[in-house]
Amino acid sequence: MGAEFATPSALYEAAKRVRDAGFKKWDVHSPFPIHGMDDAMGLGKSWLSAAVLAGGITGLLTAAILEFGPSSLIYPLIVHGKPTNWATVPAFFPIMFELTILFSAFSAFFAMLIMNGLPRWYHPVFNWQRFSRATNDGFFLIIEARDPRFTELEARELLEQSGGQHITIIHED
Amino acid sequence: MDAAPIAPDVIEGEASASVQKPLQRVPLVLNKRNFSWITERISGVIEGPAPRWWWVSFAITSMVAAFGLFCLGYQISTGVGTWGLNHPVGWAWDITNFVFWIGIGHAGTLISAILFLLRQKWRTSINRAAEAMTLFAVICAAIFPGVHVGRVWMAWYLAPLPNNYGIWPNFRSPLLWDVFAVSTYFSVSVLFWYTGLIPDLATLRDRATTKIKKLLYGIFAVGWRGSNRNWRHYEMAYLLLAGLSTPLVLSVHSVVSFDFATSIIPTWHTTIFPPYFVAGAIFGGFAMVLTLLVPARAIYKLHDIITPQHIDKMAKIILLTGSIVTYAYAMEFFVAWYSGNQYEKFAFYNRIFGPYWWYWWVGMLFCNMLSPQLFWFKACRRNIYIVYFVCMCVNAGMWFERFIIIVGGLHRDFLPSSWGLFYPTWVDIWTFIGTFGIFLSLFLLFIRYLPMIAMSEVKIVLPEANPHHASPGEHHAVAAGGKERN
Repeated sequence: MGAEFATPSALYEAAKRVRDAGFKKWDVHSPFPIHGMDDAMGLGKSWLSAAVLAGGITGLLTAAILEFGPSSLIYPLIVHGKPTNWATVPAFFPIMFELTILFSAFSAFFAMLIMNGLPRWYHPVFNWQRFSRATNDGFFLIIEARDPRFTELEARELLEQSGGQHITIIHED
Repeated sequence: MDAAPIAPDVIEGEASASVQKPLQRVPLVLNKRNFSWITERISGVIEGPAPRWWWVSFAITSMVAAFGLFCLGYQISTGVGTWGLNHPVGWAWDITNFVFWIGIGHAGTLISAILFLLRQKWRTSINRAAEAMTLFAVICAAIFPGVHVGRVWMAWYLAPLPNNYGIWPNFRSPLLWDVFAVSTYFSVSVLFWYTGLIPDLATLRDRATTKIKKLLYGIFAVGWRGSNRNWRHYEMAYLLLAGLSTPLVLSVHSVVSFDFATSIIPTWHTTIFPPYFVAGAIFGGFAMVLTLLVPARAIYKLHDIITPQHIDKMAKIILLTGSIVTYAYAMEFFVAWYSGNQYEKFAFYNRIFGPYWWYWWVGMLFCNMLSPQLFWFKACRRNIYIVYFVCMCVNAGMWFERFIIIVGGLHRDFLPSSWGLFYPTWVDIWTFIGTFGIFLSLFLLFIRYLPMIAMSEVKIVLPEANPHHASPGEHHAVAAGGKERN
């Protein structure tokens, strides 16, 4: 069940009410991230950073293996009179740094998609005519019927009290 | 991570009664535009039919690009001898162009990443176009080191791949660092740019009028629905990408400067190079951002989004980085004198009075050191013609600077018997002009098919985007507006 709100602040207040009413499977949709909405929805900090850390460590290790493997074991080269030993390690740093960044960035991007369940070709909310404004200037709050606390009457009442307009039932298909 | 409380509101809240009113910040979007105005104006650029000037410009730039590609094909099929490279100047326009283009790219990353971390909200109006500019500039840059190696089909030797000769790249070579730095830079810039585009692609998807547009924008918008559960991860990803790009952008031009700094050529062998190159890159890049955005703003009437305030701030960054560059130039001379090294001293004497003297006097002294000093004056920063003039000077000056560093260092080195000058061939010249064709063609395609201003980000800087935006008068106005729209 979805409702539309006129302003970000109205949506923000409504989100707080829905959170306090104890709903779990619900979401707000807005054309831009609203500051403080994570708290208003009772969501914590995103754990995406952990994935990025893992990606970064992988990148660093990859670079270390990639460089020290060939340079000191398979094909040792003495350049500038410098053999591969601890004194010449700084010359390997730039590539370690670059690969750390490269792997972290890719993990940030793909973790963002995976954690968001994207790419996704279809979602019931797209059936709602008004919803196309969620990427323009519309502010929506949607409570899913799958939520254990969901009853049509109660949800409608809550959305109405919070100032929602155009309250609509969105069907799965 | 997310939008910080908007400064104008804070001030407004404190002062809504009275006295401090004059302290109110100039809004980033003028004329109290609302959310849908932003969507309309920016999407409208793409959705309308292509104007005639676009076709004319695109025809010209794509022809230039095609001729540049022809030159590249000729160079690859015939050999590096088609360029004017010879002893003693083994690097000339090719590497100059490489450093020039890659430097231009850096402004885009600075705007998108560093200004994001510094919470400079004015960046939202310009970051998308600047990031696109980064990508296109890096594409142009990558051409030159790619083909200057001669037999490009052997370029895979740069990659650490097992091969039947048992040869591996030298990971301690700055040239290999460059390969990793530039390819990482390009990949991360693409990711950052695309991540920023997703919400705007969703806007275009939802506004699409034809099936094919809906399908294409829909595919690239990956099913974005503006859900806050998604925004939460999205913002974290965006923040981290910004955090990663910040050291990356500083490292890329540092690595580029290592190509020179780790050699023993006089004027190259200096420790000042990394910061000097990074400042120069941002300096030249901002000039290019303005070069592209000032006409785009005039043509598409984006004056409410790219305001005089934005141009003013970019001019200040040009002044700052230009002054850093000036300081670096001065320091080079000082160190050359102070070092007592005769080769170093001669090289700098030669820079001013040698055969390439006018490159220094016009390019470095006038274009890079003196012309940005106009930006000390507000009247100059607010005069679009002066801004454009300075940007053009800086664009040219930064190319000259790299030429002076590269060719100036090589043409008269330790042995007078091996001195010589560089003479570009038509292939040199047209390959360089051709990269401008490629760059501008890509940019024209970009403004035609993608939103050149980040709609979702500009909306955040509107005062009513802040949920605590509660000054009563305003609130009513917004609510009324909201009703009207429903």
